[in-house]
Amino acid sequence: MNDVHALSGAYAVDALDDIERAQFERHLVECAECRAEVDSLREGAAMLADVAPVAPPAALRDRILAEVATVRPLPPQVVEVRPRRRRFPALVAAAAAVVTLGVGAPIAYQALSSDTPSVDVSATERVLRAADTEKYVQRFDDGSKATVYRSKALGQAVIVTEGMADPGEGKVYELWLDHDGEMVAAGFMPKGPDNTVLLSGDAAAAEGVGITVEPEGGSDEPNLETAVVFAFDA
Amino acid sequence: MSEPSSLPTGAPTSGAPVGPDLADLLRASARGDQVAFAQLYDATAARVHGMALRVVRDPAQAEEVTQEAYLEIWRTAARFDPSRGSALSWLLTLTHRKAVDRVRSAEAASRRDTTYHQQNQPIDHDVTAEQANASLEARRVRGALASLTAVQREAVELAYFGGYTHTEVATMLQLPVGTAKTRIRDGLIRLRDAMGVGQ
Repeated sequence: MNDVHALSGAYAVDALDDIERAQFERHLVECAECRAEVDSLREGAAMLADVAPVAPPAALRDRILAEVATVRPLPPQVVEVRPRRRRFPALVAAAAAVVTLGVGAPIAYQALSSDTPSVDVSATERVLRAADTEKYVQRFDDGSKATVYRSKALGQAVIVTEGMADPGEGKVYELWLDHDGEMVAAGFMPKGPDNTVLLSGDAAAAEGVGITVEPEGGSDEPNLETAVVFAFDA
Repeated sequence: MSEPSSLPTGAPTSGAPVGPDLADLLRASARGDQVAFAQLYDATAARVHGMALRVVRDPAQAEEVTQEAYLEIWRTAARFDPSRGSALSWLLTLTHRKAVDRVRSAEAASRRDTTYHQQNQPIDHDVTAEQANASLEARRVRGALASLTAVQREAVELAYFGGYTHTEVATMLQLPVGTAKTRIRDGLIRLRDAMGVGQ
């Protein structure tokens, strides 16, 4: 782990390639020491900007202030459950749902199943490999894992599941994109623990991805009790 | 306005905040306060833009990066967490990431057209001191930079201002990969400690 730890400096100044960055961010989730170090190194790096200040043209200020007037600031990340507006609950609330997903799932590690459903490989691959791809990982108590990859440039997101429990008889995992609190259906997870699915819809404008358990065929509105949410970094 | 009247009224470039606290301005911006946001912009734009320009080089693209960055700052101001660092660091981290994304995607695009132009491209090692202005803060940073070894400084500058990955920095400086990332980290630790920030 020492090796991973040593990437903190390069991470703090965005000097990792996409794969290393994803790896290091996975490490950061578990390593409070590295999180603190990254924050402190960024504080130091920010000082470098003092060396070469350049006042931008006045017209830029006007453009920015004019544009800002038309944009609504996002709420803090303390999201509450507001079923009326179909807003997904916060990650904390989602932790309860993790249990739902995890019930009776002994499959912690499983080789990629041979019957992996057909996906649009090229579009999926493009998302996984795009220069700007962001990665969001959630691990569940039963050892299963879901990872969302999003490329803003491509406007697409992909979800990769490993060892996910069966949603239950007559149920399906439905995918959603969170557009300013509005949940827009974005497809389904095929049966099976390990899947890679390209979400339909505009992922660039979305603020997050949600997974819920719904009756087969899907629902008009997400079942918030079962929601697991991946909030995008803005 | 509690500022002494003798202060220059132009865009402040000094790091020492004179007017309202940046974190306060950020919090007010999160509530949709456009006046506070304008103040935040005036207090930080030269540093944000200067850094963007330094990384992307092209003035028009630097303006785009600065614009994107401020829009994101406005949109996501509520997500600033003061327990993790200063408002300025948050702003600059966000901007730096955008600037680096910009150069990397431009690079990826040009790599698709021209195959190996990169190999023989001369590296423009611009020296921090060249563009340094005379402000007190800049002098302090230059002092802190001077506490880095030459090789640490070079690695930090190529990573931060050059927007290169540590692997690229290693190649440029003809170092083993592990060495470049260590130099970047050691250099940043020294810089942080010399500036007395982030602890």
